[in-house]
Amino acid sequence: MSPDKSPILKVSKLVKRFGGFYALDGLSFHVVPGEILGLVGPNGSGKTTSINVISGLYGPDGGEVVFDGASIGGAASHKLVHRGINRTFQVPKPFLSLTVRQNIQVALAYGQAAGDAAAAPPSMAQLLEEYRLKEVADRPAADLNSAQQKMLDLTRALATRPRLLLLDELAAGLNPAELDWIAGRIKALAATGMAIIVVEHLMGFIEQITDRVIVLNAGKEIFEGTLATAVHEPQVIEVFLGGEHAH
Amino acid sequence: MRDASKHLLFILAPLVVVFALLPGAYQNHLLLFNFVIFLILAQGVNIIYGFTGYLPFGYVGFFGAGAYGFAVMVMHLQTPALLAVLVGGLVAVALGLLLTPLLRLSGAYFAIANLAASLAVLHFVANPALEGITKGPYGVSLTGTFNPTNAYYAAIAVLALTVGGVVYLKNSPFGLALQAVREDSVSASMAGVNIVKMRVIAWLGSALVAGLAGGIYAWYVSVFYPDNVFSSEFSIFAIVFALFGGVATITGPIVGVLILYGIYNLIGFTTPQYFQLIYGLLIMGLVLFLPAGLVSLATRRGWHVP
Repeated sequence: MSPDKSPILKVSKLVKRFGGFYALDGLSFHVVPGEILGLVGPNGSGKTTSINVISGLYGPDGGEVVFDGASIGGAASHKLVHRGINRTFQVPKPFLSLTVRQNIQVALAYGQAAGDAAAAPPSMAQLLEEYRLKEVADRPAADLNSAQQKMLDLTRALATRPRLLLLDELAAGLNPAELDWIAGRIKALAATGMAIIVVEHLMGFIEQITDRVIVLNAGKEIFEGTLATAVHEPQVIEVFLGGEHAH
Repeated sequence: MRDASKHLLFILAPLVVVFALLPGAYQNHLLLFNFVIFLILAQGVNIIYGFTGYLPFGYVGFFGAGAYGFAVMVMHLQTPALLAVLVGGLVAVALGLLLTPLLRLSGAYFAIANLAASLAVLHFVANPALEGITKGPYGVSLTGTFNPTNAYYAAIAVLALTVGGVVYLKNSPFGLALQAVREDSVSASMAGVNIVKMRVIAWLGSALVAGLAGGIYAWYVSVFYPDNVFSSEFSIFAIVFALFGGVATITGPIVGVLILYGIYNLIGFTTPQYFQLIYGLLIMGLVLFLPAGLVSLATRRGWHVP
């Protein structure tokens, strides 16, 4: 990550309400191309909600999401996909009755940015190979185990050539060997210039791959910096472990 | 598109040729015509239910709208039958456009709302206050255009169009995207698919074929009442036939119509007193043991069914 790059995504004072509950309450952060940013925080602190707003699943109730210099808050998901944003889901959501190959085909056929015909979409064979889905390529997605479904969810996202990739607990449920392997893959993607936001509870994994973390609590950022510094911050310790540990 | 030409050559072409030649060999032309109509309707249900997951319990609304679109054109404007059939199809598409807000609903809610919508259209058409336009509940008589032979061949042409449409869905990225929307609309939009547009296109496509079928039905029978062309039997039969064979395939609905409508007529002729019992048991057995239709017998064994 080079600090002089201008941010590809800038979130400022983002608000998302569900009834009277503020899931996001003035959240601000940014991410630059090639950076891996971690979003950490206790359950209900707004990590997944912020990903849902950035990827167009929810419209924001306040604040601004700026991607590539344009305000995108409230735009439909498929349009954001065409602009270069994609994501994975905490619980993978593949098209269960379609084969793995067909799952990826949909994203290859419909996920490409308009007017960007010059850049070739990624090749099916390469995606299947790189994410260990080659052997199951012609099986229905329903037959896959949960780790494979996560990889399929990721390849579906990558098939649209995102410039900003949001990973919602991709690592949860993977075994240590798989974790090392996927950490390597995520770093390789960032090395190509892709901005990546990682929501994760596994701190070791966060430590291993992120350049920087944002700690969230009650819909706001309370810390920004490296994970190593975060663990010495009293406010961070307080929200994670409770008040009495902070002193 | 090698598969698509195979499907056209080995499924669509034989079906059309057989039904085009059958009237020469078999005397009951009305029965043949009904077979063709149900083949169209079952494939229409396949387009909307099989590929997008919306169960159209009021599918007959489009059929009846097409029949009355035909009747109004012929009665008031003396248009030639073929043109009136096209208008019937367009009337059904217009009705489909009017009903697009229903696509916000899903599952049983959509099915019930669609059923209610078809009843609303029936009572609108059958309203005595509209006697000057639709002849209200008193029915229409279109003796001027009566020509069962031409109507039968027009029905075969619409069947070819409909099956051709399903072959396209089965072999194109568009059809794949529709199925993706059916499986998980959130993931589909994250694959870049405009889910609203997709659903509306499939919905209007299935409305169009039902409307064309309704127009041709009006042409063929020439005398009918609102209750005939808005009979819920059309919806239910088309849905059951499509489900029995297996939706989201080309052959499923065809097999479903040929077998179930065949049995229906066989029981109806020989032992009408047992008809509803046998038919009911058959449908229960289907839902319990073969929810994905007859084709699942083959797909379970890993065979590919077009």
